[in-house]
Amino acid sequence: MDFLRPAGWEEALAAKAEHPGAVPIAGGTDVMVDLNFGRRRPAHLLDLTRIRDLFEWEAGEESVRLGACVPYTTILERLRTELPGLALASHTVASPQIRNRGSIGGNLGTASPAGDAHPALLAAGAEVEAESVRGVRRIPVDAFYTGVKRNALAPDELIRAVHVQKADGPQQYAKAGPRNAMVIAVCALGLALHPATRTVRTGIGSAAPTPVRAAAAEEFLNAALDEGGYWDSGAALDASVAGHFAELCAAACAPIDDVRGTARYRRHAVGVLARRTLIWAWESYRGTGRTTEGAS
Amino acid sequence: MRVTFTVNGRTRQADDVWEGESLLYVLRERLGLPGSKNACEQGECGSCTVRLDGVPVCACLVAAGQAEGREVLTVEGQAAHAARRSRDRDQDPRQHEDTPNAALSPVQQAFVDAGAVQCGFCTPGLIVAAGHLLEHNPDPSDEDIREALSGNLCRCTGYGTIMDAVRLAAARKSEEVRA
Amino acid sequence: MTSPRRATTPAPGTAPAGAPTRLVQGAHTSGGIGASVLRPDAGLKVTGRFAYSSDLWHEDMLWGHTLRSTVAHAEIVSVDISEALATPGVHAVLTWDDLPTEVRHYGLEIQDTPVLAHGKVRHHGEPVALVAADHPETARRAAARIEVEYRELPVVTDETSALAPDAVLLHEHRTDPCSGRVPHPNIVHRQPVVRGDVARARDRADVIVRGEYRFGMQDQAFLGPESGLAVPEEDGGVHLYIATQWLHSDLRQMAPVLGLPEDKVRMTLAGVGGAFGGREDLSMQIHACLLALRTGRPVKMVYNRFESFFGHVHRHPATLRYEHGATRDGRLTHLTCRIVLDGGAYASSSPAVVGNAASLAAGPYAVDHVDIEALALYTNNPPCGAMRGFGAVQACFAYEAQMDKLAKELGMDPVEFRVRNAMTQGTVMPTGQVVDSPAPVAELLRRVEARPLPPQRPWESGEGADLRQLPGGLSNATHGEGVVRGVGYAVGMKNVCYSEGFDDCSTARVRLEVMGGEPVATVHTAMAEVGQGGVTVHAQIARTELGVAQVAIHPADTRVGSAGSTSASRQTYVTGGAVKHACEQVRRRVFEIGRRRFGTRHPAWDGARLLLENGKIVTEDGEVLAGLAEVLRDEVVEVVQQWRHRPTEPFDPHTGQGNGHVQYAFAAHRAVVDVDTELGLVKVVELACAQDVGKALNPPTVAGQIQGGTVQGLGIAVMEEIVVDPVTAQVRNPSFTDYLIPTILDTPDIPADVLELADEHAPYGLRGVGEAPTLSSTPAVLAAIRDATGLELTRTPVRPEHLTGTE
Repeated sequence: MDFLRPAGWEEALAAKAEHPGAVPIAGGTDVMVDLNFGRRRPAHLLDLTRIRDLFEWEAGEESVRLGACVPYTTILERLRTELPGLALASHTVASPQIRNRGSIGGNLGTASPAGDAHPALLAAGAEVEAESVRGVRRIPVDAFYTGVKRNALAPDELIRAVHVQKADGPQQYAKAGPRNAMVIAVCALGLALHPATRTVRTGIGSAAPTPVRAAAAEEFLNAALDEGGYWDSGAALDASVAGHFAELCAAACAPIDDVRGTARYRRHAVGVLARRTLIWAWESYRGTGRTTEGAS
Repeated sequence: MRVTFTVNGRTRQADDVWEGESLLYVLRERLGLPGSKNACEQGECGSCTVRLDGVPVCACLVAAGQAEGREVLTVEGQAAHAARRSRDRDQDPRQHEDTPNAALSPVQQAFVDAGAVQCGFCTPGLIVAAGHLLEHNPDPSDEDIREALSGNLCRCTGYGTIMDAVRLAAARKSEEVRA
Repeated sequence: MTSPRRATTPAPGTAPAGAPTRLVQGAHTSGGIGASVLRPDAGLKVTGRFAYSSDLWHEDMLWGHTLRSTVAHAEIVSVDISEALATPGVHAVLTWDDLPTEVRHYGLEIQDTPVLAHGKVRHHGEPVALVAADHPETARRAAARIEVEYRELPVVTDETSALAPDAVLLHEHRTDPCSGRVPHPNIVHRQPVVRGDVARARDRADVIVRGEYRFGMQDQAFLGPESGLAVPEEDGGVHLYIATQWLHSDLRQMAPVLGLPEDKVRMTLAGVGGAFGGREDLSMQIHACLLALRTGRPVKMVYNRFESFFGHVHRHPATLRYEHGATRDGRLTHLTCRIVLDGGAYASSSPAVVGNAASLAAGPYAVDHVDIEALALYTNNPPCGAMRGFGAVQACFAYEAQMDKLAKELGMDPVEFRVRNAMTQGTVMPTGQVVDSPAPVAELLRRVEARPLPPQRPWESGEGADLRQLPGGLSNATHGEGVVRGVGYAVGMKNVCYSEGFDDCSTARVRLEVMGGEPVATVHTAMAEVGQGGVTVHAQIARTELGVAQVAIHPADTRVGSAGSTSASRQTYVTGGAVKHACEQVRRRVFEIGRRRFGTRHPAWDGARLLLENGKIVTEDGEVLAGLAEVLRDEVVEVVQQWRHRPTEPFDPHTGQGNGHVQYAFAAHRAVVDVDTELGLVKVVELACAQDVGKALNPPTVAGQIQGGTVQGLGIAVMEEIVVDPVTAQVRNPSFTDYLIPTILDTPDIPADVLELADEHAPYGLRGVGEAPTLSSTPAVLAAIRDATGLELTRTPVRPEHLTGTE
């Protein structure tokens, strides 16, 4: 096994081009587990932690450009205003030690359906900045997840950054798991209100082979909010609207039974989380809610 | 490969490191610092918590090569680290020269006094995590303590005495500040 | 009433870290029994300098690695080690064929476990081959190159598949002592307990409740994985530094397999990172020694967490069918029950677990008419054996659920119903044994019931609102929606010490001498300190008995006689008893020396009762006769004493009658939970415990045992379970990612209310502490969840899908 330590981005891209099988490692929270337990023995490890840019973030007009290695702790501490959904999601990741190392780039690279960032990225709207020696491209996050632990990256590509839409309205994130800390999502749901476009977006984790949006639920809700004049009136949501939205979110799942939970539970819990997060976000939009954020 | 980094203020070097080794392995098996513990090697228990460039991390999830040039603080360096900080706070640079090795840091002393140690295998990780918490939040609420230590599993104590220990360390610190 | 916080605040006059033996002088010797003395090893443990078994290092040492079976039940067609042996850096590869003697099986009670698999593997993760190499990765890689060809066999996974007439037999041709008494060869052991006349009693019952309960497989999940260092010695023997619960039991099992006399297998206890029953059986002991003897080099073996799940036995999962009857006025009429424990592929301590489950199946209640049956199966599931609570835990879960059902059926308060049937001193157990020491069952229940309840929905009251206190914790799952409060009670009883006629004894060597002008006592036992605090207590006993301030604890090893196991809540009782007894002999010898030297100076030397206090020999009236230093001079008094508790007897194989136990421990819990009824998530808000400990030799240590045991019970209530695939018998979650144990955010305040009602038969009146709180914690949490949800909940752990009807 070779341990490649590029000092800069160009060098990293060159290394990845030369060794497409090289496994990028940053926070190590996935890769090292596989190494420690002998599950993976890549010919090359590509350490990205020397590349300073990857740890930087920058807020633009429309979006925040998050370097691939920005740790969850930074997001939850520094980006609550710009990226409230992602900050909430970051807070639910594993433990403080893991949040200090793990990053969105890693979550995307691993592309586990249970990754905590995915639902928040889907709901907020994001693009993955992927690069190789052949050039840069931006992959909409909706198109990024291609299968269980598979993503749209070419073998020679690395994730350089993620561009996440800045919040233009309340965002929420909640997950269900049988432990009160340090738990992998049995299922999770991210939700973002976008008053600017008068739309609502969702993201569902751990309830399908990939993280997914609940398209039908979004469509229904967008129409219901529009028809009911809710965006203008700021009226309390009709319970039947939230209820039907929740049902459609549950219907968007294609879950499995596994050691962490049953498919039936996942579908059910996604519905509950959808209803709750919608109400929290909506109440916040109406300006009467206690908080747009959860535990802080 | 060779890996060189700073551990507890001293530059250390390890040779013939296999590329797949973790920082934890290097500390324990190559540098004679077994204080950081190998309970799960998957980032789920916190027993191997060290500070990497000041930040608590699981040493089992840091590839050895990633430690190159970095600064690592382990439980073995905790008392000296606390003593150094305490002197820095007192702003008496003259004392920097001779660093008397305080036997125990205030957090370590509180763990002893509160009876927060049984088998002790989780203790080193908790000491590092709790030390970091109190440096950044000297007066934590109970829920702050629980959150900060939620990545450190303990199987013996039921956590009650660990809560006591962190509260005790915080209380002593605030007494010290008032005095 | 003792709050945990108060209980753990060091009392004035206790020792600072690192110097527990220098104590303030008082009327009696300080730091003796009853004092809140700090642990002598705490300073080393908080600084990372305490040497656990996995921390050991030796020049030239090799790393051992185990190849384990990937399937649960298969014939081994062939094993090819040639490629592994040829791997550079590999020093040895061993299989069954390399074992040095004809003794190739071991076991705690039945020697049915092969050192390495031969012909067959019987469970997922069974050791097949061993590798020693110069780096753990080399050893891993070499092990991966061993080619094992399996021919899979049908798996036996439950009662139906195990007891079918044509069932595949796990162990053919059994000759063990249990084999003649079991109705089927796939039953390890069976114990009935029958008493009274159930048929007639049932006729008197106004209500009858029945239930079938399931208890999941729990892992000890001690944090320090199995590990040790075997060092070959010049005389052909081997020295093993090991984390274990019982050095001499390991030794007895190891020596014959190694082909060495016991005196050539030296054992020293290395630092132990928790145990909870999981280190009663051998893990890597024989393997490391075999590799060391073969290579002539020290060999270290350290399991990782994955391997640890295969490296030790677990708590028996169980199916328990119970029937209780009661009269309208709330008196139990009868009990029938059948407890089926899954012992897995090898016997481990299944027979003793069966004995406990059967004899304690009725719990701490007076019930005269019983028909009880407990048995353990052989299956292809992971082997199960000792874990904190040992057979009594599973039963308690079931009988406490039954008590709530009965109370509900009768329209009675669940505490009142329990109190009405609570046993007391003098109650006759289903085994016919009279409970002959305090049994304050009603008192314990009353105490937890009397505590003020924690405030409802604290997150709504502005003050102290914190969403982290809600079910789901950091997951931001609820802001109060769907959350319902529930309260539940449970009480349990656990036998203390080894039972059923076992010769349960311990040995202590105590030495008293003058060093630097001061008397110093040294206590040497083979007791495994696994975190429980025995080392603290031994020093306290020596201070009390010998009146000296300075007590050194000698490292535990096999150069002194057996201490028995650090199990069954027994070490303070039995090894503590041995230390006390040895100290008494030392004291007698000191008085003899004093009489010899100074007897003519003062009449009190003869006749009057003498005491040792504060380094002096004093009369009962406190008159000082002489200092210990001047009496002893350069004379060393050393005594080795074996000590045993009063004998027990085996249970009758057909009726279960017999004085099988030596002591019982009792604890009660009240659980307060908040349940998110929509998501099925649980937050335990408070878990108050009351326990009788006879005499708290070290109050903070007692509180620590109660809190720790309580949380292990909480774990099995709401999250902990080893999931075994019912089709393949493979373990599906051997990791801390998927085998969840409670974090600090899952754990509530655990106020511990400690009673001290002396048991006149036990040293200082003490009662073993460690296990009882693990019993009642689980059913109390379950009762509270039932209270919140109205669901029946017959299995533990309760998973979110059980609370939301989405199984």
